[in-house]
Amino acid sequence: MAVCVAVIAKENYPLYIRSIPTENELKFHYTVHTSLDVVDEKISAMGKALVDQRELYLGLLYPTEDYKVYGYVTNSKVKFVMVVDSSNTALRDNEIRSMFRKLHNSYTDVMCNPFYNPGDPIQSRAFDNMVMSMMVQVC
Amino acid sequence: MENKPIVTCAGDQNLFTSVYPTLSQQLPREPMEWRRSYGRAPKMIHLESNFVQFKEELLPKEGNKALLTFPFLHIYWTECCDTEIYKASAKDDITKWQNILKVHSSADWLIVVVESEAKKKNKTNILPRTSIVDKIRNDFCNKQSDRCVVLSDPLKDSSRSQESWNAFLTKLRTLLLMSFTKNLGKFEDDMRTLREKRTDPGWSFCDYFMVQEELAFVFEMLQQFEDALVQYDELDALFSQYVVNFGAGDGANWLSSFCQPVRSWDGLILRKPIDMEKRDLIQKREVTLLDLRSYLFSRQCTLLIFLQRPWEVAHRALQLLHNCVQELKLLEVFVPLGALDCWVFLSCLEVLQRIEGCCEQAQIEANLSHMVGLWSYATEKLKSLGYLCGLVSENAPNSEDLNRTVDLLAGLGAERPETASTAQSPYKKLKEALSSVEAFEKHYLDLSHATIEMYTSIGRIRSAQLIGKDLAEFYMRKKDPQKAETYLQEALKTYLVEGWALPIAHTRKQLAECQKQLGQTEKNAPFNCGHTVEFRGLKSPWICPKSCFNYRYLDDLSFRMTKCQLGYLQTSSLLAGDAHLTEEERSHFCQEILKYANQQMSNQGSKVLLALDSLAQLKNLHFEPPTAVVHVGGTLSVEVTLWSQMPVAVCVDQISLNVHFNIEKNSYRKTAEWLTKHKTSNGIINFQNEVLGLAVSRQTMPAVELYEMHEKNPSDSSLNTSGVICKNTHMLLRWQESSTFLETPTPLSLNNSANTLKRSSVTLQPGLNTVTFSTQAKEAGTYTLRQLAASVGRLQFMLAHIYPLVQYDVYSQEPQLKVQPLTGSLLAGIPQKVKFTVTTGHYTIKNGDTLQLSNADAMPIVQPTEVTATIYSNSQEKCLQSTLTIQSSEKVTSIVLPPTPAYHVIEFELEVICHLPTATAEGVELVNGEVPKSRDWQRNESCMATSDQKVQQISIDCPWSIYSTIIVLTFSIPFKAEHTLLSAGRRKYIQICVQNLSDLHFQLLDNSLRDTCDCVDLQLLPLNARLQQIPEQAQPLEAKVPDLEKPKPAERQSWPSVMWLIGSTFILAVPVLLWKIIMILFQHIYSKQSVFFVWELVWSKEHPLTLQCCFSVTFCPVSLEKQFASLKPFSYEFQVDHIFSLYSVKADIFPPLGAEYCQTGSLCSLEVSIMRLSELQEVDKDEALMESNGYCTTKLLYEVVDNSSNWAVCGKSSGVISMPVAARATHKVHMEVMPLFAGYLPFPDIRLFKYLPHHSAHSLQLDADSWIENDNLSIDKNLDEQADNSSIKSRGSIHSSSSSDQKGLPMPRLQAFSSAQVFNSSTAMQILVIPNKDDRVLEVNVT
Repeated sequence: MAVCVAVIAKENYPLYIRSIPTENELKFHYTVHTSLDVVDEKISAMGKALVDQRELYLGLLYPTEDYKVYGYVTNSKVKFVMVVDSSNTALRDNEIRSMFRKLHNSYTDVMCNPFYNPGDPIQSRAFDNMVMSMMVQVC
Repeated sequence: MENKPIVTCAGDQNLFTSVYPTLSQQLPREPMEWRRSYGRAPKMIHLESNFVQFKEELLPKEGNKALLTFPFLHIYWTECCDTEIYKASAKDDITKWQNILKVHSSADWLIVVVESEAKKKNKTNILPRTSIVDKIRNDFCNKQSDRCVVLSDPLKDSSRSQESWNAFLTKLRTLLLMSFTKNLGKFEDDMRTLREKRTDPGWSFCDYFMVQEELAFVFEMLQQFEDALVQYDELDALFSQYVVNFGAGDGANWLSSFCQPVRSWDGLILRKPIDMEKRDLIQKREVTLLDLRSYLFSRQCTLLIFLQRPWEVAHRALQLLHNCVQELKLLEVFVPLGALDCWVFLSCLEVLQRIEGCCEQAQIEANLSHMVGLWSYATEKLKSLGYLCGLVSENAPNSEDLNRTVDLLAGLGAERPETASTAQSPYKKLKEALSSVEAFEKHYLDLSHATIEMYTSIGRIRSAQLIGKDLAEFYMRKKDPQKAETYLQEALKTYLVEGWALPIAHTRKQLAECQKQLGQTEKNAPFNCGHTVEFRGLKSPWICPKSCFNYRYLDDLSFRMTKCQLGYLQTSSLLAGDAHLTEEERSHFCQEILKYANQQMSNQGSKVLLALDSLAQLKNLHFEPPTAVVHVGGTLSVEVTLWSQMPVAVCVDQISLNVHFNIEKNSYRKTAEWLTKHKTSNGIINFQNEVLGLAVSRQTMPAVELYEMHEKNPSDSSLNTSGVICKNTHMLLRWQESSTFLETPTPLSLNNSANTLKRSSVTLQPGLNTVTFSTQAKEAGTYTLRQLAASVGRLQFMLAHIYPLVQYDVYSQEPQLKVQPLTGSLLAGIPQKVKFTVTTGHYTIKNGDTLQLSNADAMPIVQPTEVTATIYSNSQEKCLQSTLTIQSSEKVTSIVLPPTPAYHVIEFELEVICHLPTATAEGVELVNGEVPKSRDWQRNESCMATSDQKVQQISIDCPWSIYSTIIVLTFSIPFKAEHTLLSAGRRKYIQICVQNLSDLHFQLLDNSLRDTCDCVDLQLLPLNARLQQIPEQAQPLEAKVPDLEKPKPAERQSWPSVMWLIGSTFILAVPVLLWKIIMILFQHIYSKQSVFFVWELVWSKEHPLTLQCCFSVTFCPVSLEKQFASLKPFSYEFQVDHIFSLYSVKADIFPPLGAEYCQTGSLCSLEVSIMRLSELQEVDKDEALMESNGYCTTKLLYEVVDNSSNWAVCGKSSGVISMPVAARATHKVHMEVMPLFAGYLPFPDIRLFKYLPHHSAHSLQLDADSWIENDNLSIDKNLDEQADNSSIKSRGSIHSSSSSDQKGLPMPRLQAFSSAQVFNSSTAMQILVIPNKDDRVLEVNVT
C-alpha cells in the first residue's frame, strides 16, 4: 500500500526510512524531508490544542502528482511519514489512520526494547517486517 | 444576463407595467422561509423574479426538462371593477388563460385584482367592490380562494395601499415558493430516476450531467450557491467513481468517449461563469476528459468565488490537476509529450490569476500557504517543459526540440478572446516562455524565485530549498556554477543539520561537480572572482573571509588557490568517505584528491588544509605507560587508532600530533604518587563515533542525570523540601550552544607549536589503522594533545580539536626518603620493623651512596643478619633485589644503598626497638605532695604512667642532600599499671593491675615487687607465686577481674571483700587446674585486658608511714617467645601512704524484739560500733586531736547512708562522736532503721569522717559549691562524689543557717580517711528481711 515509510526523530533526522522501489530511494528521501515543512506547520498549529485532545494523525500533508504524503506525530514529537501512490485510490483516510496506528504500536515496541538507545536508527527486524507488510499489500 | 425565476403576466399589460417598478423593487426586500423536502434544512430566501408577458410558447412542453426557462408562476392582472365589463370581456379572457394553463397542467397561477379609489369615484353606480373579486373567486378559484388577490391603490402612498401591497407580496412569495418546492421536487425525483438507470447500456453521463446541472442552475438562480455546488460535487464524485471503476476493469460504455486522445490542452477557463463551448460539447457527447474536468471545475470555481471561498479554489485546483493527470493515466488516454505539462501550467496560472483577481493583495499574502502549492506545481511543469523543449542549455534548442515546441503550441490553439487583452495571460506567458531560451530562463527564474520567496515567507524552508536545488541544476545546465553553488550549499546545510544521509550524499555530489567547474573557470581567470583566498607561507593559517568578496592578500603571493578548489577538495574528500555512494564513485573522488595532492607544488608554498574527518576518524588513543605519566627523560608512546574512510589505501607522508605544553603550577600534581593515584584508567581514551555528516543531529545529548534531593531543617531535622535536581545542566546547556556553533563551519587553522609528535610515511588502509607515536619526555609539565594532522602531498588533513581532552604529564621529582612503621603503629619495648622507602626521583644512586643514621640511645637498631632491599621501577614493577650492607659504629649506622637509576623506588626494612621508660605513679605523688591528707577516706587513686606514647627522632643523612632528614617515629607504650592498697582488718595488701593497651597478646614472666627503701622489717609476700602457673584456660577468673576495674560507687566499699571472695575462689580453683598445666610458666595478657598481682605487706616492727615500691615484669609478645631474654622488663614505680588501719567499723542490724527476722515496715535497730585499732599515730596529730590529762580524743563524724533506698533511717543518721585515741577504744551508736523491701538487703553504708573544728587555722579557698546546706538527716548528697585534688568538702552541718554571707568564715570541716585507714568489717553484709504480711502487692519483673 505505502511506497515509503519513514520515522523521523524529534530533531528531524531520520530514525528509519524505507521505500519500496529502491531505485527511487533518493526521491523519497527528498519527499519525506520536504514534508517535514508541513508537519512542522501542522504541529505548531496544533500546539494550542489541549494535549489530551490532540489528534496524532496529521492527515494528508501534501499531494504531488504521483504520491500522497501522510503524516502522524507521536506525543514525543516523533514523526511518521507515509508516502502512498496516488493511483491507489482505494486507500481511504481510515485505512491510513489504522496503518499509522499499527506503525505507532510497533514503534512503541521498539522503544520498549531495553537494548535500544532512543535516538539511534531503528534496526529492529520486527519493525522492519511490519513496515514491509504495510508496503507489500499493494493488491 | 442574470437568471431569475420566470413569472408570466397575462391580462392588463398597462396595469402591470404601472405596477412593475414597485413590484420588482418590493419583492426581494423581505426574505421568506423556504421549507424543503427530504429533511433538508429550511432556508431564508430573497425572491426575485423575471416578469414576462404570458405567451403560450413559454409553457414547457411535455418532456422538456429545462428548468431555467420554466415559468414558475402565472399571474393574471385585471383592473375591472365593473360587473358589466367583467361579464363582457374579463371573464372570458381569464377563462381562456386558465384553459391554456390547464392544458399544460400548470397549477401555479394567481389572479390580481387592482382597485383604485379614483375609478370608484368616477363611477358611482358600481357594485360594491367585493363583488367582482367574489365573482372571480366564484368562477375560477373553486377551492383555492387564496388564488385571487386584491391590490388596492398600488400607486398611492397610503397605509391602506401599503397594507394591501404587503398582503399581495406575501401571497406572491408564498405561491412562488410553493411552486418551487413542487416543481423542483418533481424535477429531483425525475433526476434520481435517471441516475438509478445508470447501469443501463444506453445511459450517458453527459445527459445526466445536463439534467443535474439544470438543477444547479436553478439553485444558482435562487442564489443558493451552496446547493448548486453540491450538485456539481455530486457530478464530480460520480464521474470520479466511474473512472476508478474503469481502472478496476469495470468500464462503462459512455466512458469511451472520454478516452479520446488529447488534442487540445488550453487549460482551465475560469473567467466566464459558464463556458458554453464546453457545455455544448458535453451536450453533444463529444467532450473529452480534460474538457469535462475543466468545465466542471470552472463551474465549481465560479460558485466557490460566489461563496467567498477562494482558498478552496486553490486547494481544489491542485487536487484536480493531480487527479486529472492520474485519471488520464488510468484511462490510458494518449497524451502527447508535454501536453499535460502545458495544460497543468496554464491551469495553475489561470487559477492563480482568477484568485488574485477576486482578492486583495493583503488577503493573498495572508493565505500564501494555499497558493504556494500551485506556484510550485507550475514551476515544476515549466521546468519539465523547458527540459523537454531543449530550452535548458547554453545552446539554442535543436530542430527536434523546435518541432516539439511547435506541436505543443499548436495544441494550445488560439488565445481566447477574454484574455487576449491581458498582458500577462497564462497563454501569453507559456507561448513566450517556449519561444526562446532567454525568455524561458526569464520566466522560469521569475516563477522559481516567486515560489521560493513564498515558501520562505511561510516558513517552508525545506520546500524552498528543494526548488533551489532545481534551480541549481538549471544553473549547472546553463554553465553558471557560481549561482548554483549558493543553492546547493544552502540545501546541504539543512540536510547536514538534520542528518539526512542520502540527500547529503546526493547534494554533495552535485556540489562537487559545481565546485569543480567553478575551480576550472577560476583557474583560467584568476582574480576575476572574489573567491580567491591566498596562502602565505606555512606560518600564516588559512584565511577564510566569510564573505570573500573584495578580500585579497596580494602582498606575498607565494601560493594561491581558489576557495572553490578548496571546496571541491573538501567535498571530494567527504564524498570519498561517504558510504552511501558506490565504490566507483568513492574511488573517483578519492583519486581526485590524490591527483591534486600529488601535483607538483608550484611554489614552496603552504599546504592546503582539509578536515581530517573526511579522511579518517580518530577512534581511540592509547598511552604507554597507561597512566600517561612519565618522568623527565622517560619515553611515552601514544597509539592512535584511526578509521580510514577512504575506499583505497592512502599513503600519508606524515601524521603528526600537535601538543600543547603547559607548566603546571601545582607541583604536587607532578609527583609520582599523585599521578599514579589519580589516573587509574587503562590508558585508552575512546572518541565518539559519529557517522559522517550526521555529526550534529546524531551527537547524542548527554543523558539527564537526576539526583534526589532532601533538605532538612537544621534544628529538628524534619524534611523541609525534597526534589529532583539535574546535575548536568551545564552539559545539556552546552549542547545547545555547540549545535548552533557547529552550523557555521569553523575555519581550520594549524597551530604550530614546538611540541609535535610525528610519524612519516604511513599507509592508511581502508578501515582500522594503528599509528604509534613515541616521544621522550623533556620538560616537566602537562602536555595536551590538541590537533591531529595528516599530510598527503599538498594536502593536509586536520583534526582541529581533539575532544575529550587528552593529556599526558611529565614530571620531575626530588629524591625522597620515607620511614614508616610496617604495622599501623609502633609499640615501645619490643623489636619492630620499619620500612624505609627511598624514592630516587631525578637522583641516580651511585655505588657507595649511604644513608647515615645517627643512633639514639633509646632506640637502637637491631643488627639484622641480612637486609634485602627491593628496587621498583616507577610503574611499581619489581626490578631488582639486592642485599644491603649495614655498618654500625657507636654513633652512626650507615646503610649502603644499591646503585639505582633515577625514578626508581628502593624499599627495605629495618628492625628497631624503643626502650620502655619506667612508668611512675606521678599523679599520686603530686597530690600527696601538696595536700597529703586531702583524700581522707577515699581509696588511693589508681596511678598510671605519665603518657602512653613515646616520640623518637632519628636524623638521617642522605647522599643527595647536605641537610639531614629528621624522621619522627611515635611508639605507643603497651602497658599501663595501676596499684591499689587493700586492707583486711590490720592486714594490708598491694594489688597491681597491669593493663595491656596494645593490640598484641603478651606473655608475662618474673613479676616482682620490691621496696625501694629496703626496709628491713617489711616483707612483701607475693600471693601470685602460684598464680603464674595459671594458664590461659583459667579464663573464668580473668574474665571476672576486669569487671572490677571500674566498680560502681555503691560497690566501692565492698571491694576488699569481693577480692577475698575471688581469692577464695581462686584457691579453690587452683588445685583442680594445677595438675593439668603445671608446666606453663607464662602468664598471658591478652590485648586490651588486664592482669592483677597481689602482695601482702608484712611488717615486723614499726610499720612504715609510706612505702616506695617498684614493680617489674618481663614480657614478650606471644609471637616472639624466643626473644624473651633480650627484652627489658616493664617496671612501675609508686608510693603508698597511710597504710595502716586506724578504725574498724562494724554494723549490725537486729530485728525488733521478739521477732526472728526483720520485717518490711517495722523498725529495726542498727548498731554501729567504731573501734580504734591503733595507738596514737603520726597521722592523728591534727586539729581534731584533743589532749587532756594525757588522754587523747579526736572527733569523728559518722554517717549512715543508704543510697539504694533499701532502708529508711529514722532519727539522726549522722553524728559527731569523740573518740579516744587508744587501741581498742570502741564507740557504739544505735539508731533505728526500717527496711523498705523484702529480701536480702545489703546493709546501709556507714561512713566515717574526721571532724575538724571550725577554729582551725586552715585557710582554704572555699568554693561556693562547697557550701552546701545541710540537714541532719542527710548529708549524703555529694559524698560519693570523688573529691578532686583541689577541693575539700566542708560541711556546715552544725550551723544550719548557711547563706552566702557566711562565705569565707571558718567552718567545721570534714576530712575523709584514706581507704586503708578505715576498715569496714560489715561491708557487703546482707540481712534477710521478710515481707510484711499485709503486702499484697507482688512485683514481678521479667527481664
